[in-house]
Amino acid sequence: MTFDLDRAWQVDPRVSMRPEPFGALLYHFGTRRLSFLKNERVLAVVRSLADHPSARAACLASGVSAAELPAYARALASLADSNMITERTADDSRT
Amino acid sequence: MTLAPDLPLSPAVAPSGGTSPGKLTDLFQLGLDAPICLTWELTYACNLSCVHCLSSSGRRDPRELTTEECKTVIDTLERMQVFYVNIGGGEPTVRPDFWELVDYATAHHVGVKFSTNGVKLDAAAAVRLAASDYVDVQISLDGATAEVNDAVRGPGSYATAIAAMENLHAAGFRGFKLSVVMTRQNIPQIDEFKAIADRYGAQLRLTRLRPSGRGADVWDELHPLPEQQRELYEWLVAHGEQVLTGDSFFHLSAFGSALPGLNLCGAGRVVCLIDPVGDVYACPFAIHENFLAGNVREAGGFQTVWRSSSLFASLRKPDTGGACKSCGFYDSCRGGCMAAKFFTGLPLDGPDPECVQGYGEAALAAVSSSSAVPPKPSADHSHRTSPRSAAGSPAGPVPVTIARRRPPSHDCDESPLAGFTA
Amino acid sequence: MAEHEAETEALTSDELLVEEVSIDGMCGVY
Repeated sequence: MTFDLDRAWQVDPRVSMRPEPFGALLYHFGTRRLSFLKNERVLAVVRSLADHPSARAACLASGVSAAELPAYARALASLADSNMITERTADDSRT
Repeated sequence: MTLAPDLPLSPAVAPSGGTSPGKLTDLFQLGLDAPICLTWELTYACNLSCVHCLSSSGRRDPRELTTEECKTVIDTLERMQVFYVNIGGGEPTVRPDFWELVDYATAHHVGVKFSTNGVKLDAAAAVRLAASDYVDVQISLDGATAEVNDAVRGPGSYATAIAAMENLHAAGFRGFKLSVVMTRQNIPQIDEFKAIADRYGAQLRLTRLRPSGRGADVWDELHPLPEQQRELYEWLVAHGEQVLTGDSFFHLSAFGSALPGLNLCGAGRVVCLIDPVGDVYACPFAIHENFLAGNVREAGGFQTVWRSSSLFASLRKPDTGGACKSCGFYDSCRGGCMAAKFFTGLPLDGPDPECVQGYGEAALAAVSSSSAVPPKPSADHSHRTSPRSAAGSPAGPVPVTIARRRPPSHDCDESPLAGFTA
Repeated sequence: MAEHEAETEALTSDELLVEEVSIDGMCGVY
């Protein structure tokens, strides 16, 4: 699964996000799948996706280092695979 | 569906992102601010008297939550962002306000799946359900044939369930759940259950029989034999995520690789039960005073019970393994099901009665050779007579429920041991 | 699966920042 860090992403509107002490829970009301974000930084990245022109920018803004980027790309890829996050179209774009 | 409001990051949480996130199960030791999903039994009333009923249902409890009290619970679940409730009972659809409550829940961002024997799922109900995005249905069936099913669930119950499934299928509802409690009698029918689910466009769900409620009375005769447990495990592995289990077979993970799911006891940690009178229990298989965390009618409601109950706090402490610590399989099976141990009189820090390594059998032998009686809850909402014979002996005498179980205690009995004779 | 492969998989799962489960994957819900 190749995830494009340089495209604009957003959390699917059918997803409910619930911060937790360890990170967060994401529940997709359409698919009934549940995702666990296992630390605060990946939660910060996911929350901020819609505010950045690319997923890469969102990662860097949340303090993800170059060494950590592949792990975060994998995390975002699995969220994309389960439709938790989707690419932003021109209509969705805020920036 | 809107996103959660932007909340500030908790200052109490240590900096993260650079360290290993670790095992999912370890993260829950911090406790969750709200359950992920929960079971909500709306009523103890039921048109059936299934021999293994985990909630000993049949007769309505006069102290049932009112419609307004139920809506207050839903408001709380919305505020806590509980994603999903499994509404059951008894038979939830016999409550006159059932549809009103389901609509209220979905309008308030709480997803609903309701468990039913199908008695009220006529064509009109099926059409209504097929039109809704946020309501899922779970039909209960415990035999692939009327002979096997009705021995457990009563005459006509097989036909009722099939009719409900036909209505759902005809209405275009795909992916509703067909939920089966696996027993000695129906494990041989496992492929037929899959065929029935496929025929009606349903997803098959197989769950574990626990010795809870009336299940305690039939557990000895109905629980799977050791070789059947292995057969069941192999079948589940072969069918992967196509077949749901409610994570109820994590004790079988000791056979080999883990089945899909969290593979741990969620009671009081990620799930719980709200019963028809507002009592909050660790899980629906543990309806007993020892697992009672509080009541939603208390000040602070359900949220306070979830967050402050001392029972839940003790369940959320890290599990040290107890007598199972030295077993190489403890990491997979986590010592099995708390309710299964409790209601067979086994210590909670020892093996599951159906431990696949066989340690449960020795523990059970020790219990039966002592004079101890396994615990029973003080409330019993069973119908006062049993309309058919016990499973496995269809031609035998009809046992009267009252003779088999302690009579139900009265509302004004304060002692949880009311009616108990040693 | 070879033992060392299983070990690697377990390690990787612990390292993952995101894990997914079915909403039916929690024990204690009937």
